[in-house]
Amino acid sequence: MVPTDLRYTKEHEWVRLDGDLATVGITEYAAQQLGDVVFVELPDVGRVLEQFGAFGVVESVKAVSDLFAPVSGEVTEANPSLAGQPELVNSEPYGAGWMVKVRLADASQVDELLDPAAYDALIAAG
Amino acid sequence: MTDVLETPAHVTPLLDRHRALGAKIIEFGGWLMPLQYSGIVAEHRAVREHAGLFDLSHMGELFVEGPQAGEALAAALVSDPPALAVGRAHYSMICAPDGGILDDLIVYRLADERFLVVANAANAQIVSDALTERLAGYRAVLDDRSLATALCAVQGPESAAIVGPITDLDIGALRYYAIAEGHVAGIQALVARTGYTGEDGFEVFVDTARASELWDVLSAAGQSRGLVPAGLGARDTLRLEAGMPLYGNELDRSTNPFEANLGRVVKLDKAGDFVGRPALEKVAADGPARLLSGLIVRGRGIARHGHPVLEDGRRIGTVTSGTQSPTLGVPIAMAYVAPAAARPGTMLAVEIREQPVAAEVVPLPFYRRAR
Repeated sequence: MVPTDLRYTKEHEWVRLDGDLATVGITEYAAQQLGDVVFVELPDVGRVLEQFGAFGVVESVKAVSDLFAPVSGEVTEANPSLAGQPELVNSEPYGAGWMVKVRLADASQVDELLDPAAYDALIAAG
Repeated sequence: MTDVLETPAHVTPLLDRHRALGAKIIEFGGWLMPLQYSGIVAEHRAVREHAGLFDLSHMGELFVEGPQAGEALAAALVSDPPALAVGRAHYSMICAPDGGILDDLIVYRLADERFLVVANAANAQIVSDALTERLAGYRAVLDDRSLATALCAVQGPESAAIVGPITDLDIGALRYYAIAEGHVAGIQALVARTGYTGEDGFEVFVDTARASELWDVLSAAGQSRGLVPAGLGARDTLRLEAGMPLYGNELDRSTNPFEANLGRVVKLDKAGDFVGRPALEKVAADGPARLLSGLIVRGRGIARHGHPVLEDGRRIGTVTSGTQSPTLGVPIAMAYVAPAAARPGTMLAVEIREQPVAAEVVPLPFYRRAR
C-alpha cells in the first residue's frame, strides 16, 4: 500500500499538500523501476510549472526519465541534497528524496490526481 | 515506465534461476536475459571488490574445425588465428569488404585444427552465415553450437579462489586469454581466462543441459567469497569503465577498426588476402576520419548514447556510450570525435538536453585494475 496522505500522477509522481504548499517527488515504485538514481536535474527557484508538464529529469545508471508536475505553481525550493546524494530518491522516495516544493496555483487541480487506492490499482496492473 | 517484453527468439536456460533470484528480465540480442538482481551499482561494486556471476548464454559459440581451419579463419577475419598457440585466445573482428565491422569476436585455439569463435548474440547468425560463406573452398567446417552451449562467467578479484577449488584444471597455470578443456564440479567444460569487466575472471562453456547445475555449483563455491549474481546492466557499466567497445554502440557496420582505436587487431602483415583488406589498408594509410575517445563530463549531467559532441559550439562528434561511473563517481562516456579533438586534455562539450555541458578528453580505459 502506498502512503495514504498523498496524491499521485499516472507518471508516478506524488504530491503532499500543506496549505498552498505542495511537495513533489517520485514514488517508491518509480524509483525501483528506474534502479540506482545517479542524477537529478531540477528547475530553478522561481520557475513556474504547469500541471502535467515536464519540469526535470531523473537518471539512473541505465535510464533517463522525465519528471512531470502534479500541479501548476511557482517553485519555492528544489531539494539541494539531491545534487550530492541522488540515491536518496531510492532510499527515501517519500521523505529526504523529495524533489521540489511548489506554491499551488489552483487547488482544484488536485482533483485531477489519483488517490492512493487508484494509484495502488495502477501499479498493481503493472 | 512499463516493461514490454517482445517475444524473443531465445530464452536463457537459466531463466528459472534468475526469476527465483528476483531478477529484472529484458530482451537483449534476441534473448530473454537478466538485466539486474540487487541493483546495477551494487553488482558492479561486487565485481570490482569480490566477484560476480554472469549468465552469458546468449553469446554465439561457433566451432571451426579441419586441416585448413586456421587458414580459413585468417581469410575470414582481420586477425591471424594461425599465429595463436594451442590453448590461447585473441580479440578479433569480422569485417565486410568495405572494412565495416560485422562483429567483434574472441577467437580461441582449442587444438591445431580446432577453433572456437565467440560472437555477440545479436550478430551470431550474421557471423555464422558469413563464416559458412567464407569457409567455402577450405577444408574446414563450421559447427554453430550457440543454442547447445551455455556460458557462465565468474569475474572479479576472487574469481581464481572461487573456480580453482572446483575444477580439475590448474587455474594458476591458465594465463590471461588462455583456454583449457576440463571439468568444473564434474561437468565437462571449456574454461577460459577471459572477460568483459576489466577484472580477472573466467568464462565457463558447458552444454545447455548442464547450465543450471553449473550455475548452482558456481553460486555455492562463491558464497563465502562475496560472489553475487550480476546482470547485463552491471556488465555494461563494467565494460565501459574498462574502455571496452560494445557492438551496436561503439562498433557497427559503418565503423572500421581503426576508427575504434583497434587497428592493432588488424594484421595487415599476415600472409594472404582477407575480407576487407584493401579497404582497411587504405584507412591505415590515410588515417581514420574519426576516433573513439574517452570523455569525463566536468559539468552537471550524464552523457548518453547519441548526444552530440561540440568543440567551440561546432559539432565534431557523437557519444556512443555514457553513464555515471560507479567506481570513479563521475560521468564517463565514449564518443567518436574528429581526430584533431581526440588528444587527452582537450576540453569539449556534450550537448545534454539542448545544453552544452563541459567534458574533457581522457585516455582510455577509465579504470585499470591493480595487478
